[in-house]
Amino acid sequence: MALEGRHVPAREPLAEHHHAVSALEVRHLTAGYPGMPPAIEDVSLRVPVGEIVGLIGPNGAGKSTLFKSILGLMSPTSGEVLAFGRPVREARADIAYMPQVEEVDWAFPVSVLDVVLMGRYHGPRPFLGWSKGDREASMVALERVRLAPYASRQVGQLSGGQRRRVLMARAIARGARLLLLDEPFAGLDAAVQHDLLAILDDLASEGRSIFLATHDLSCVANSCDEACCLNKRVIAAGLPSEVLTESILTATFERHLLAIPQAAEVVRFADDEHAHEHSHRGTR
Amino acid sequence: MIDWLLEPYQYEFMRRALFVLAVTSVVMGVVGGFVVHKGLAFSGDALAHASLAGVAVAFVSGASVGFGALVAAVLTALGIGWTRDRARVSADTAIGIVFVAMFSIGILILSRRQSYTPDLMSFVFGNILGVSNGDVIGSAVLAVVLLLFVGACYRELLLVAYDPAMASTTGVPSKVFQYATLVMVAVAVVVALKAIGIVLVNAMLLIPVSTAALFLRRLPSIMIAGALIAFGCAAAGLHLSYYAGVATSPAIVLVACAAFLVVLAVTSRRGVLPSTAMAIEGVAE
Repeated sequence: MALEGRHVPAREPLAEHHHAVSALEVRHLTAGYPGMPPAIEDVSLRVPVGEIVGLIGPNGAGKSTLFKSILGLMSPTSGEVLAFGRPVREARADIAYMPQVEEVDWAFPVSVLDVVLMGRYHGPRPFLGWSKGDREASMVALERVRLAPYASRQVGQLSGGQRRRVLMARAIARGARLLLLDEPFAGLDAAVQHDLLAILDDLASEGRSIFLATHDLSCVANSCDEACCLNKRVIAAGLPSEVLTESILTATFERHLLAIPQAAEVVRFADDEHAHEHSHRGTR
Repeated sequence: MIDWLLEPYQYEFMRRALFVLAVTSVVMGVVGGFVVHKGLAFSGDALAHASLAGVAVAFVSGASVGFGALVAAVLTALGIGWTRDRARVSADTAIGIVFVAMFSIGILILSRRQSYTPDLMSFVFGNILGVSNGDVIGSAVLAVVLLLFVGACYRELLLVAYDPAMASTTGVPSKVFQYATLVMVAVAVVVALKAIGIVLVNAMLLIPVSTAALFLRRLPSIMIAGALIAFGCAAAGLHLSYYAGVATSPAIVLVACAAFLVVLAVTSRRGVLPSTAMAIEGVAE
């Protein structure tokens, strides 16, 4: 399958270096809100260095709880989370988080550059503000998502796709080796989604590891190295071609999706498209 | 014209009033920036009203009224944060519960006294012309401490105001700074208490900054412009009250409301808003 050969040239050497340690390792994590049954139970998963892992599951499957627990925004009842072999608390500089676009206050009076700079926070610098290095790294990140000309716009003036690119630039500016993206494609049209995926591809080929939650099965089939199906527990994890099967998806979404009879078709079609895209990219 | 402008300031109490209003305006601009854009308008009003409990206790016990107000407002700020975190009610409901409790304590204590003294009324409705040297120093010290804090922790305050979850993931102690933001509002209310009064202080937190936000797009410029607008309105209101013989603090608030409406009318015309912002903040197309 075309999927397997994708990032290999750029990624393999880096991946070998970190062979023993995963970018993210979740071990037997159980978490939820107090007084309620746990939203996730005994979840274990791994994000290998330099790979894109897609997390899929229905609404209420515990995707947000899993993200919040990984990030330390919520304390798990049991289990542990390691980033590059260390507790997340000690690995903050190595982790960048991109929230769902609805969770950000777009009316707030900050410029695009202001928002990207926030990704550069690494501790107090009383009275000093952002350093020159912070500004440069932020501009580089903005160039990467092709928003540099918009640096001084107020964020509310941006379109939906641009808003996601700003949040992605903020995650990139952090210079983190692990990116956690919560629904980065929700509500985007195919072209914008394609742009974002191309950026993620680039990041992965630099050896960065990406864990993203999405509703978009075809995106996972197309662009993720591994897929993880969550519905309170991990239903299945592995290569998208192995995981996105009728029986697993039915178990994950607890219903026989209309799309499922074509699922195999979707995957195959996506691969064809990807193979085409790959050769096109090779010529660039 | 010059005489008309300067005449009031031959009196020391007018000079003192202007100085306190200047200090208050800076604080209103800076803290108002967070209040307006973080949606804390109700908190500002609640903290002002809650400070009555401290004012009342100080009155009865003979302690410093400013200090009493400060303690009550800060305790209320912490109580609002705590209730918001614990109770399964909306933030607004939590604020409503905490502040009416404090306000009621204030009224209850004062109801034991025979009559409301004029000095007490000066905290409720503001009495800028009655500020003492002690009030001036108290306000100035609080203002300096507050501005130093904002200067030292601006990035943290901004991150937490904008995106608290993301701020936590970068290592900013979000909870601490959410509480700190409320405490800042409490301190700002106390700085303005004697000048503006419990009932109207929230107006000065909201209106000048909202006026600035009509034509500016970044928080630091909104804070600076908000402070300047607040001071302009305060000075105009002070003159108005001097010449028309009316109460100062409603005069200031009404001037601020008028300024907001004028700026709103001007910036509502298409094109004015972006071009003004671009000119002032050097924003590129």
